[in-house]
Amino acid sequence: MMARVYTTTLCLGLLGLALLVANSISDATELRPEAGELAEPIVLSDRCPASFEQTEAGVCELRNMYQFYDSLQGRGVGGTKTALPEHRDGFSPEQIDLGRYLFFDPALSGDGSTSCASCHHPNLGFSDGRARAVGVAGHAVKRSSPTLWNVAFLKHLFWDARADSLEEQAQGPLYSPEEMANTPAQLLATLQDNETYRRLFRQAFPDGELDEISLGQVYLSLAAFQTSLISLNSRYDRYAHGFHAALSDKEIEGMNVFRSFVARCAECHTPPLFTNQQVAVIGSPEPEGLPLDIGAEATWNAPKMKGGFKVPTLRNIAKTAPYMHSGRFGTLREAVAFYTGGRGHAVPEGVDMHIHWHIWEPNLTDVELDRLVDFLGALTDETFTPAIRDAVPSGLTPIGVSPLNKSNKTSHTSDSVARDSGDSAELTLGAAS
Amino acid sequence: MSMGRILAVVLVIVAFAAGQQLGKKTGGSAPVVTSASGGASYGGSTTGTASEADVAAAKEYSVTGSSKFVAGPPMTDVVVTVKDGESIQEAVIAAEPGTTIHVMPGTYSETVYIDKDGIRLIGIVQGSERATMDGEGKLNDAILFSGNNIVVEGFLITRYKGNAIMSQAGNNFEIRDNIIVDTGVYGIFPQLGTNGVVEHNVVSGIEDAAIYVGMSDNIHVAYNEVFDSVAGIEIENSRHAIVESNFVYNNTGGVLAFITPGLPIKTTYDVIIRNNWISDNNTPNFGAPGSTVGGIPAGTGIMIMAADDVVIEGNIITNNKTVGIMTVDHNTAAELTNVTVDPEADPNSDRLMILNNTMHNNGYDTIAEIKGLMLADFKTGNPDIFAIGPSNGSCIINRHRYVHSGIDDYAECDFTNTSTIGNYLMPPVEPRVIEPGERGKIAYLGICAGCHTYEGRMIGPPVKIIQALYMENPHGLAEYIAAPVKKREDYPEMPKQDYLDEETRLAVAEYMLSVTR
Repeated sequence: MMARVYTTTLCLGLLGLALLVANSISDATELRPEAGELAEPIVLSDRCPASFEQTEAGVCELRNMYQFYDSLQGRGVGGTKTALPEHRDGFSPEQIDLGRYLFFDPALSGDGSTSCASCHHPNLGFSDGRARAVGVAGHAVKRSSPTLWNVAFLKHLFWDARADSLEEQAQGPLYSPEEMANTPAQLLATLQDNETYRRLFRQAFPDGELDEISLGQVYLSLAAFQTSLISLNSRYDRYAHGFHAALSDKEIEGMNVFRSFVARCAECHTPPLFTNQQVAVIGSPEPEGLPLDIGAEATWNAPKMKGGFKVPTLRNIAKTAPYMHSGRFGTLREAVAFYTGGRGHAVPEGVDMHIHWHIWEPNLTDVELDRLVDFLGALTDETFTPAIRDAVPSGLTPIGVSPLNKSNKTSHTSDSVARDSGDSAELTLGAAS
Repeated sequence: MSMGRILAVVLVIVAFAAGQQLGKKTGGSAPVVTSASGGASYGGSTTGTASEADVAAAKEYSVTGSSKFVAGPPMTDVVVTVKDGESIQEAVIAAEPGTTIHVMPGTYSETVYIDKDGIRLIGIVQGSERATMDGEGKLNDAILFSGNNIVVEGFLITRYKGNAIMSQAGNNFEIRDNIIVDTGVYGIFPQLGTNGVVEHNVVSGIEDAAIYVGMSDNIHVAYNEVFDSVAGIEIENSRHAIVESNFVYNNTGGVLAFITPGLPIKTTYDVIIRNNWISDNNTPNFGAPGSTVGGIPAGTGIMIMAADDVVIEGNIITNNKTVGIMTVDHNTAAELTNVTVDPEADPNSDRLMILNNTMHNNGYDTIAEIKGLMLADFKTGNPDIFAIGPSNGSCIINRHRYVHSGIDDYAECDFTNTSTIGNYLMPPVEPRVIEPGERGKIAYLGICAGCHTYEGRMIGPPVKIIQALYMENPHGLAEYIAAPVKKREDYPEMPKQDYLDEETRLAVAEYMLSVTR
């Protein structure tokens, strides 16, 4: 292992030098500490992330201002001063931090090219800036990457609500041939063969009976990290807690359109989470040339739910264009304009779609649409964005392929390199951070 | 009617007939007359433990008289007056919580929103003159509020596109004595709140429900006149609601108690519909395509869909051409209308209780579906009561008084009246009580920790440095966070935290000075 670390360090050192020549000085200085970091052993943080209290039992529990309030039937839907829905927390700091390493490590994909963060990048609202996700080797995925902000509060995951926990959800992209294209056996082998991961899993799961990593621990750690992604300190939130000057006149105007019974946005995108977590059939169109996605019809085998998708949260929505389940709309303005286009106006001919009762013809004016966009911009809060580590245990460059990664084009050719040389840093140079 | 629909109806008939064969027939030829002057009273819903606590609280709190007051006395003596030509909203923005705002007669074209507590918005009525809110067919909603302890009374509201009065999660509200004419989708729409009164309002010309109680608890709807709307009064996904002494006529459907599928709160139970006058609800359905009420057949007096523990007592139900009382489950409704199913909601109406009602001349021009289903139930005549779908634990008294179908397996109720339940209102619901120490911790972790860590540099300076400056002076720190000034060249200016109340500011200051890591 020591030899390996030295090789890696040497590799990275040379790489840094090469980049120093090839790239601008600022790029190179960003890379230098990375090389230094790798020589340090990776240790897991024993501190809870921001907004979490470390309890006497040593686990992290979320604290936020909405805990000052109640909600009807405890369901976490309401108005300004309303409690949030139940949420997942109670993971240890080590589990959360291990989840963070896993999340950013391309070793979790079948070919070592793609990490969770490839499609859920912190700098892209934990989405990917694309209409639809792109998996390993450029595979086209049919739906858009949903944001991960505030997933701790969600009861159902995926656009079609087919998973009931983050642990269940994680297995979707990990093993989908179009997304991360891994297999449970290969994933386990990758982690088990990595001394650093073995040590980190022991640290995060000290009560584990066997000295073996389990898939359950992997999923749990990923869930632990994702539940730490909390966005509840937007300017809207300050308004909601009573500081009305936090929003501009235009934004307040937009908020009143949003919650009016003409636009009815708040009926499904209900505060404080800005989703009521239900599935709704709104009949939003697929991009040109793509087949109709039946959505939740498949989840429940219910034809009345054809074209139904989970109502997404609108928190940080300004950061996650394009919009809708398959990214048909490039801007928020286009997305809000969809709702005033008329009930079922975009449903393909011959398709029997059971459009939600709140979709009607509100005849919103252009000014009202502009104000809605203004208000949605007030839902941005990335205060608690986690730092991206300079290195991950596999030695691969954190994140791997990403829309923010200038060297995406080279990733296909370096797949084999990744598999053969394990922790070679030749793969995916200049990963986004 | 399409082939698919006919097939669906036939299937429903077959299912109904099959159920009929299994159902126990208790309707006999010699009627047993049950008097409501004696006998036991309904004891309230026994569904769920939380509801029992609510019911118990409500029962101890006696609000009598024709008007019910749940918003509590005014929090302050401050009264401001808005005159014709001035803005109501400006007065609301300027008002501290607890302010009473008197609005003089005149015309006000604006949307008023109230996101603070204890505002009493009172339209002053002077003879035939009222404070009139006119949306001119352009504005969305007249009044919407999310604050608690809000009172809205005495207005005339007309020509809005959305709602006249809408609340979102306000508790302890009173909506009283308003005249609402043609305000679009709903007249009065409290949503997601607890403990509210809707009384003495006159509402007409609404294309959905004139009074729509959505996802709320402990609501009292009384002494309202609702007419010329698609639905008169609708209780939807709500619990512990009483609808009494309302005058409900010339709507498409009179009084509805529904579980609407696809909403985040999935139950309706403990609803008492009593002593209302529900007649001539034969107006052709002009609801929006796809709306839930768009599927209600014109001529429906009372309709129950999937709701549980509904008592129907003492109503005069006359001249509703389709049916006096109809009950339906989600699955049947989904076959016949645009209603969806909700895997997380119980689709059946259980424990319905039909006590004495005065019913006459209903169902005289009923719909083909009901005719067909009555045929399958070997029933003839114009239906007062029509029930379809499974219904467990339901009961009725004096069933011989009604032309009915689908209720032969209802038991005899072992009570005859609801006289022990005055209403389900409660003393004003208090906000969640949080100890100062806990307040400080929550605010610190929820807000401050985004910019400050104990030792490291983040957006703001380390807590350790702040502690060194303020250790003996939490009040100084509390004052600073309310009105920060730029102190350090190398740090951005701190945003004001003056939206936290004084107590919370001091608590968070004390907490920040106490942290050790």
